[in-house]
Amino acid sequence: MADFLQTVIGGLSAGAIYASLALALVLIYQFTGIVNFAQGELAMFATYVAWTFIDAGLSFWLALVLTLAISFIGGMLIERVIIRPVEGAPELTLVIVTVGLFIFINAAAGWIWSFLIKDFPNPFPDGALRAGGVSLGYSTLGVFAVVGGVMGLLYLLFRYTKVGLGMRAVATNPESARLVGIRVGRTLALGWGLAAMVGAVSGVLVAPLLFLEPNMMGGVLIYAFAAATLGGFDSPLGAVVGGLIVGVAETLAGSYVDAIGSDLKIGVPLAVILGVLLLRPQGLFGRAAVERA
Amino acid sequence: MSESTEATETTRAVDTPEPAKDERPAPATPRDRLVAFTVRNWRWIALGVLLLTAVWAPFQLVPFRVFQFTMVMVYAVALLGLNLLTGHAGQISLGHGAFFAVGAYGTAVMMFHWELPYPLTLPLAAALAFVIGLAFGVPATRLRGLYLALVTLAIAIFIVPLLKRFESVTGGSMGLTLEKPSAPAWTGLAPDQWLYFLALAVTILAFVAVRLLLRSRVGRALHSVRDSETAAEVMGVKPASYKRLAFAWSAMFAGAAGCLYTWTIGFVSPDSFTVNLSITLLAGIVVGGLGSTWGPLLGGLFVMFVPSFSQDINKAAPGVIFGLLIIAVMYVAPTGLAGLAGRAAHWFNKTRSNRILRKG
Amino acid sequence: MRGTAVSAAVLLAATTAAACGGRDDGDGGGTASGACEGQQTTGITDSTLKLGGIYPLSGPASAYGAIPKGIQAYFDYVNAEKGGIDGRKVEFTVRDDGYQPPKAVEEARRLVEQEQVFALFQTLGTPSTTATWDYTNQRKVPQIFVATGASKWGADDKHPWTIGWQPNYLSEGRVYAQYLKQEKPEAKVAVLFQNDDFGEDLLGGFKKAIEGSKIKIVQEKSYEVTDPSVEAQMRDLAGSGADVFLNITTPKFGSQALAADAKMTDWNPLHVLNNVAASVTVLKPVGFKNVQGVVSSTYYKDPNDPQWDDDAEMKLYKAKMKQYEPGADPAVPYHAYGWAVASSFHKAMEAAKCKTREGLRDSVHNLNNVEVPMLLPGVTMKTGPDDGFPIESMQMMEFKGERWSLVGEVIDTRKEFGPLGD
Repeated sequence: MADFLQTVIGGLSAGAIYASLALALVLIYQFTGIVNFAQGELAMFATYVAWTFIDAGLSFWLALVLTLAISFIGGMLIERVIIRPVEGAPELTLVIVTVGLFIFINAAAGWIWSFLIKDFPNPFPDGALRAGGVSLGYSTLGVFAVVGGVMGLLYLLFRYTKVGLGMRAVATNPESARLVGIRVGRTLALGWGLAAMVGAVSGVLVAPLLFLEPNMMGGVLIYAFAAATLGGFDSPLGAVVGGLIVGVAETLAGSYVDAIGSDLKIGVPLAVILGVLLLRPQGLFGRAAVERA
Repeated sequence: MSESTEATETTRAVDTPEPAKDERPAPATPRDRLVAFTVRNWRWIALGVLLLTAVWAPFQLVPFRVFQFTMVMVYAVALLGLNLLTGHAGQISLGHGAFFAVGAYGTAVMMFHWELPYPLTLPLAAALAFVIGLAFGVPATRLRGLYLALVTLAIAIFIVPLLKRFESVTGGSMGLTLEKPSAPAWTGLAPDQWLYFLALAVTILAFVAVRLLLRSRVGRALHSVRDSETAAEVMGVKPASYKRLAFAWSAMFAGAAGCLYTWTIGFVSPDSFTVNLSITLLAGIVVGGLGSTWGPLLGGLFVMFVPSFSQDINKAAPGVIFGLLIIAVMYVAPTGLAGLAGRAAHWFNKTRSNRILRKG
Repeated sequence: MRGTAVSAAVLLAATTAAACGGRDDGDGGGTASGACEGQQTTGITDSTLKLGGIYPLSGPASAYGAIPKGIQAYFDYVNAEKGGIDGRKVEFTVRDDGYQPPKAVEEARRLVEQEQVFALFQTLGTPSTTATWDYTNQRKVPQIFVATGASKWGADDKHPWTIGWQPNYLSEGRVYAQYLKQEKPEAKVAVLFQNDDFGEDLLGGFKKAIEGSKIKIVQEKSYEVTDPSVEAQMRDLAGSGADVFLNITTPKFGSQALAADAKMTDWNPLHVLNNVAASVTVLKPVGFKNVQGVVSSTYYKDPNDPQWDDDAEMKLYKAKMKQYEPGADPAVPYHAYGWAVASSFHKAMEAAKCKTREGLRDSVHNLNNVEVPMLLPGVTMKTGPDDGFPIESMQMMEFKGERWSLVGEVIDTRKEFGPLGD
């Protein structure tokens, strides 16, 4: 039993990692209505920026603050320079542009920082809580706390701020939003900036666990997609719950189902994405969208 | 994409006789007549020149170049399929490499375990990919663009460990090594030339097949589904069944390309078909020209030659240049290289014929 | 699109014209005369020697792209200060295959047919080498010291032109088995391995070597290179109650497994780390205090190990790396690997009776305990008609403080286990 519980806890901590990136995906979807394939790579790049500051001798927290600021500005710049020219283009175009961005950022990071792994300091203490033969690391607890905090902030942002309401209008229908006086361009840029910032938090959070190299977030991305799909692309709570469910499901399948095993557990996010989209496309916590011509 | 209607119209323009107003009294001198003939039929002449060049090339080039052009055609056939799905039916696939792998592995298994003669493996591999594509097309038809991209991405990642799992069939992570097809003695061709001509034949076949497909009712239905599903439905086209078919055809061409790949490389391993292959293929068709006739060929040239050229600039450059080019193409030329070339040709066509006709 | 056929034709014709080198298979080099009559001398003259290497400089395996820097530094040094190899300046051309077999085939053909290299000096990775070795052997081009530890390069008689260099994964598996037989004869082993040719080969060698002993594998778990983390696998292995953990991973996953082992304080197995991940660059991110007592094996000198600080070979290596590859950190073991393999080529080329492709092929198959700079003392290259594996000796090492320290004697797997191939 303790073994099983320990496995579940392991699944939850993997799930928290997926949730942290899924939050960034949800955020950008909320603001702009697109799925950003480059989100993970942006997070990876931001983590390298943080690493560079720390390597230059800055304290962890100062480096983090600087990185968040740079990510926010960087995200807005990307929206202005790269996304703006294709604003309003069909989804196909936007997906392809973010895929291009994915390839570009990944290669650029390798070019700048090489492909050798870097060590990234862990802001949380070593050691673990123990009870009844089950242990829970402090760094895992730290990840839970941060993910929960970010989720709460996003909820408040979406629900109670003017920006949040405006952004919902923009993502739903940019034309009408413009007509009622919402500044669409600024809202979109803000969305990219905030998403890049949340992504940077995710990257900094997982780098001590996964180790920093250019492909660090590549493996996380598909799980984060599964998490966001399961929870609903328009719900921060959904992203977190989805991430935890995907993490636990994947871990249990890998450990206890021999036919899946550790090699085929990558099939779990595929099954989740496919299953959710076919059975309940809006996800667990999402609102159903109406198809308009 | 706004290019859709133009694509359909040009298809018609190429194959039906020129409108009557062009049929002015023939110019007097033989030279003028020749020029006029050339201008009117220059597309056919160009096609002929292209084919002649293609047939003549392997006798002139070093085997290394022949190999490169063989691979260009392998990619071109795969891109023809992706173009059907993405360019003509408007469905995004980030998992085209998975169907490529199905064709490649299907061929390898047929040659390795069943010892089938290699020409037989082409239709079988294509059929296998078609069936699997049809099966995946069922859920795919219910997914909108973004979600389809997610699902196909997950498939592209999943295929690699799946291939490793069934070791007794696929050779596991070690892969399978095969004998490459050799030329029949009467041809007197070297192995690389023979593979080149096999690839050329398949490529021509594939281009003709796509052409016929798009000119049929099916092609028009696909375009209407891409441009507006709701409108298509109103006009009595069932979007679901056409999307499913587009998925299956697209997979079929990828499977045929995978078969050519196995013939050419003589070795398959799961790590040859990672998600990178799928992304490279998407990049190829985007840069080559979505929804255009010659996009797949230009895309094949791009996929083959750009990484080689760009690594001369910097060792890390291929990815950087690939990424930037994809983004840049989406801005300045959503119809890709083919679109750019098409615009240039259009301009050329217009000015030339105007001058001649005015003179005549 | 309106008549893009034209542009395609023009493009094709232009490429064709640019590429035109004539068809007639003519290897620009020709053949030797005298005692070596009729042998191929493509890519070699009295003053130059052209070599080509294929490595993943882009894509997921690009960490290995550091190897050619060490090689380049060595050849630059030899060219500038030693007058080249036997008076021939070495030109080393590096091409990128992104760890993609079809790219490797293309680049191999480019190097052989267009660059007209004398030999392929290293192709990296089992898939890329497997995809190219039929071609190099048909063309009779030496494919020397390939950078992969698969056992097939030495055990195959259809490909005399291809040869490995580093201890093959089977031998490495044997070394760990031998060590355990002495240290923990009743070990219960848990294995984490990368689900590809490398992981399977090493695990296979280990399994074969423990046959008949009391050592048992109690659980094995694999991971994919696309997995974000191996933590779940590590937890399962911890539950197996094993007292030895065999860690068959590549660098990033090696770090993750070491960190996971350190975190699970209630499972304290003897941690055996395979050579591929045994670089200090893998251990440092985990924290040195967390990796004390980890054992591994090696065959070349680690530039991070202070015991070599006064070693003449190491001093030369570090000085010349700084001089000729100022951007590359000499402490990265991949660079030392490159340096050592380049010196090995130097020795083999010098020993060749005929300075021809055939001469090189025969020379690398007739190495008699050749000592190579930067290899551990007691590790030499030895090959023969029935033995296509240059290096088959390794020494165990244990991590203490901030570095590896060598333990025991050099284990010669040939002596201990007999030849490979059965």
